[in-house]
Amino acid sequence: MKEVVEGSHAVSEAVRLARVQVMSAYPITPQTHIVEALSEYCADGRMAARFICVESEHSAMAAVIGAASGGVRTFTATSSHGLALMHELLHWASAARLPIVMAEVNRALGPGWNIWMDQTDSLAQRDTGWIQLYCEDGQEVLDTTLLAFRLAESASLPVMVVLDAFFLSHTYEPVDIPDQASVDRFLPAFQPRIQLDTQDPFALSQMAPPGCYMEMRHDIEAGMRRIPEHYTAAEEAFASVFGRRYGMLEAYRCEDADIILAMAGTAVSTSRQVVDDLRERGEKVGVLKLRMFRPFPAALLASLAGDARKIAVLDRNFCFGVGGIFAQEIRAALYLMDSRPPVYSYIAGLGGRDVTPETIEEIYVRTKQSERPAPESVWIGLDPAACPVCRTD
Amino acid sequence: MEEIRFHGRGGQGTVVASIILAKAFFKAGYYVQTFPVFGVERRGAPVEAYLRLDHQKIRVRSNIYTPDHVLVQDTKLLATVDVTRGLKPGGWILLNAAALPDAEAFPGFRVAAVDAARIAVAHRLGTRTHPMINTAMVGAFARILEAPPMAALEEAIRQEVPVKQEENVAAAKDAYMEVRVPGQENRQGKTYEG
Repeated sequence: MKEVVEGSHAVSEAVRLARVQVMSAYPITPQTHIVEALSEYCADGRMAARFICVESEHSAMAAVIGAASGGVRTFTATSSHGLALMHELLHWASAARLPIVMAEVNRALGPGWNIWMDQTDSLAQRDTGWIQLYCEDGQEVLDTTLLAFRLAESASLPVMVVLDAFFLSHTYEPVDIPDQASVDRFLPAFQPRIQLDTQDPFALSQMAPPGCYMEMRHDIEAGMRRIPEHYTAAEEAFASVFGRRYGMLEAYRCEDADIILAMAGTAVSTSRQVVDDLRERGEKVGVLKLRMFRPFPAALLASLAGDARKIAVLDRNFCFGVGGIFAQEIRAALYLMDSRPPVYSYIAGLGGRDVTPETIEEIYVRTKQSERPAPESVWIGLDPAACPVCRTD
Repeated sequence: MEEIRFHGRGGQGTVVASIILAKAFFKAGYYVQTFPVFGVERRGAPVEAYLRLDHQKIRVRSNIYTPDHVLVQDTKLLATVDVTRGLKPGGWILLNAAALPDAEAFPGFRVAAVDAARIAVAHRLGTRTHPMINTAMVGAFARILEAPPMAALEEAIRQEVPVKQEENVAAAKDAYMEVRVPGQENRQGKTYEG
């Protein structure tokens, strides 16, 4: 049934419907509403689950690693500094092949202290072996969270469901909340491959000397390489029950586009409107939605966007000394093509700065008017007066 | 698409007011999107919330800069916040005030006032010094916009307000009847629509 719910609660509802058995989390803005609701569901019996209160995000991830090793379905949620504090254990979760699902609300890292939208926190975890899926609206958040459990459990790898701070986490909009029977049809009970058993004790994740460490790493990579297959199967199953599917990437009005705008998160949604408006004015433009970031669907990206004359990437994130992170990934994905469109890299919307239709149109116009990309990322909307001690020249 | 901006202070239920209206419009068949301007929320600090309404899916997810209407929960904000910032000409400004301001106070806009504080206190919502005025404000707003219907608003209030649901519904209905607009000093006596 469609209800007006907050993006955060779209996550909580999905976790409830997924019959998660153990959750652990430490509250951090803007993730708080997700875990507040879940802790209520545990307290009032709407969920038959255990919510483990902990003193830090490092411990939250450790707790769900322990629970997942015991063979139960697990969930956690965090944001920004909380995710950074989990970093060590993110490696642990993926290398132990535990199907943990985590909601990660994109928020900036300090200092200066900032609680608002920024993608650098999740993208900085790109080498931890977690699958990452980015969402653009409340329905996609709910659907992706449900999908994440099936994907994680079929691939034995953890999944991060990523949503924008406030523009998604605190935004209320109509979301179709499925009934329990439909969710049960899509998501059967978790069947663990390995399960710690107090009656028959054994140890996991022991020393891996040089003689086997590389093989273990190669095995994780082999698992990652099979993700598109697992993902497609999970989406097929999801579509057969709920009638919706999203793809690893989505090309919106890209077929004959001269310029393709590429980005992840809620800016995709705004860009769809901008693309429609520009198309009305005769501009040949489309938007490529970056939904799956790990594994990066490079071949699919090349097939969807490789024929464009130019690609303009909007990064709400930054890698100091290099540039926009999605732009780097897209350049690498196109490299094996015989001829490839130039990739224009733009930085916008850091630390909660708004990405408006005008921001997106400015990126389109700049790309159209420049013959070749600037060697470095172009920052949109810098205000020299905003910070008197900053150099913005 | 219509865009509405809510002005209030932390602790006044401004965000809840936007959610109640969103849910009521949704029940009346609209697509809705509402979100707060998230700052450093403290009791008493100026806060804002946004609401978009349309008959199709709303895809734009940026802040609202040129609202069609604004709702002002505390007239003392007028001294520090420009509530007409970006407001479209002819847009409504609904004030929580016992009387309408001078005719020249907001040139180019339509102004309405409702004594939401008095209505809230009469229904024992909050206290005399800190009345909970948000349900009265959305009741008055539904009248001047001629939507959503009172039945939808009533249902949304019952769903969203955790305590004193009947009192909150009654406050919304009183405000609906009592909201004042220039040239029509008191609208009492009109019946509810829907």
